[in-house]
Amino acid sequence: MNMDNSKKAWLYLLPSLILLGAFLLYPLLDVFVYSLEEGFNFASQTYLGVGGYNYLYVLHDPYFLQALKNTFILVLITVPVSTCLALLISVALSSVGALRQLYQTIYFLPYVTNTLAVGLVFMVLFQKTEYTDGMVNLLIQWFGGEGVDFINGPYWAKMFVLCFYTVWVVMPFKILVLTSALASVNQDYYRAARVDGTSRLRTFTRITLPMIAPMLVYLVITGFIGAFKAYSDAVALFGTDLNAAGMNTIVGYVYDMLYGDSGGYPSYASAAAMVLFVIVLTITCINLLVSRRQFRG
Amino acid sequence: MNYLGLSVWAVLVLFPFYWMVLTSLKSYGSYNSERVPQFFTLSPTLENYKEAFIAVPLGGYLLNTLIFSVLTTGAMVAVSTLAAYAFARLNFRGKNLLFALFLSMMMIPSELVVITNFVTITNLNLRNSFPGLILPSITSVFYIYLLKENFEQVPDELYRAAKVDGTSDLKYLWKVILPICRPTLVTVTILKVIECWNSYVWPRLITDEQAYFLVSNGIQEIRENGFGRENIPAMMAAVVVISIPLIVLFLASRRKIMEGVSRGGIKG
Repeated sequence: MNMDNSKKAWLYLLPSLILLGAFLLYPLLDVFVYSLEEGFNFASQTYLGVGGYNYLYVLHDPYFLQALKNTFILVLITVPVSTCLALLISVALSSVGALRQLYQTIYFLPYVTNTLAVGLVFMVLFQKTEYTDGMVNLLIQWFGGEGVDFINGPYWAKMFVLCFYTVWVVMPFKILVLTSALASVNQDYYRAARVDGTSRLRTFTRITLPMIAPMLVYLVITGFIGAFKAYSDAVALFGTDLNAAGMNTIVGYVYDMLYGDSGGYPSYASAAAMVLFVIVLTITCINLLVSRRQFRG
Repeated sequence: MNYLGLSVWAVLVLFPFYWMVLTSLKSYGSYNSERVPQFFTLSPTLENYKEAFIAVPLGGYLLNTLIFSVLTTGAMVAVSTLAAYAFARLNFRGKNLLFALFLSMMMIPSELVVITNFVTITNLNLRNSFPGLILPSITSVFYIYLLKENFEQVPDELYRAAKVDGTSDLKYLWKVILPICRPTLVTVTILKVIECWNSYVWPRLITDEQAYFLVSNGIQEIRENGFGRENIPAMMAAVVVISIPLIVLFLASRRKIMEGVSRGGIKG
């Protein structure tokens, strides 16, 4: 290891170090500081004192509590639904020969589309206006149901669209990960099971599931984290004023506090972002603990 | 039975795409006179596409997004390649520690740092400018990691031979490593372009002048006060125009994208 080589290495790393330092490390510390500065004034860059007031404010803000509730409902519905659905589809995919590539290509499409743009299509499909009842309501009425405005209507209807769209958006990634996990399971196990005359269900629960369990855990963790950060999907469906629609999410609350009509409060935004960070960290730790116990047992 | 289930999901995935193309081909008048939505149209029109480019600066949005995507991706590839090379090939004190630090930075959620970045960029007077849009979007620890892993697979013998010949590191990187690792570089580039094309949160915070809007912000603007709320066909035409570039890119390099994403790409 000579001096020259070492200097060169740092030179190569310099651009990354500067950018990461300025836009990732410094902000991480700074957001924590912001969240503790009380009565921060953006224009004069001054604050009154240091303490937990921002957290108290955020935790008592009805908009934040609404956002918290929305996000939790979204997470608790979409993560299990999308994971199970992706598992079903992947298992079905791995058992078909023909058309498999075609299906895989189609399933992956939502991943490469603009969330905001396609969200607009979902809005049109689900919306009920004075001109038309919309596509989805037409289907509901065909089956003898009562139409409902999913975009400006009752809370459960709006939550349903949000969950539906979120699942639609996250499925490509999950199907892709699970199909490659299924493909990498050693075929000898299946042959052995077939020789023993094991039933299909038993083969699935005793061979397939344990073999892809690590990938399932990975998907659940990333799914939880992703769903807790939900925001663009909601904006795409309900517009930028999520508080008015009652469909705000935690991340949406952070951005609203920072910028926009109700913005200009980086301290409150920081406190809310820290709350999100703690939630995500907790979920990750719980998930890791649970999965570790599973593997041991 | 399997085919039935798979086809149901395929229809659910494709239907929104069908609907947006279909709606974009219906004329304003005929769309609004449909109390019950029609599943096909007998008189398709391209009128809405003209409207989409004339009534709102859709062309400008597309150009901005193109500039943003190309510059950000180019800078990202250059910066990440240099860093990955340093980690993969060069020796320096604290290398392992620094690499561990890099990896741990992958865990930092972008939602957390966006607040300070917003303040930083505002204070630098870089709002509504390309540097303000691009600078915080360049670095990606994950891609540095991916490239480093790939660079390390290039045999040491090549490096020693190059050194004997007196080749400089930069030349070795350019002439030997990059050509060998081209597949990974291409994958990384495509993934970053997709990410840039669809980015919404940061551009929304940092631009409020239409002249600097990217497509995501443009579409939101169109929705809120573009053609007037009722002109759904024109909106759908804009949506189609925005979606096409990425769908073409995807169909052209399907294998690369799917392989790259399954290696750890996370949406967002």
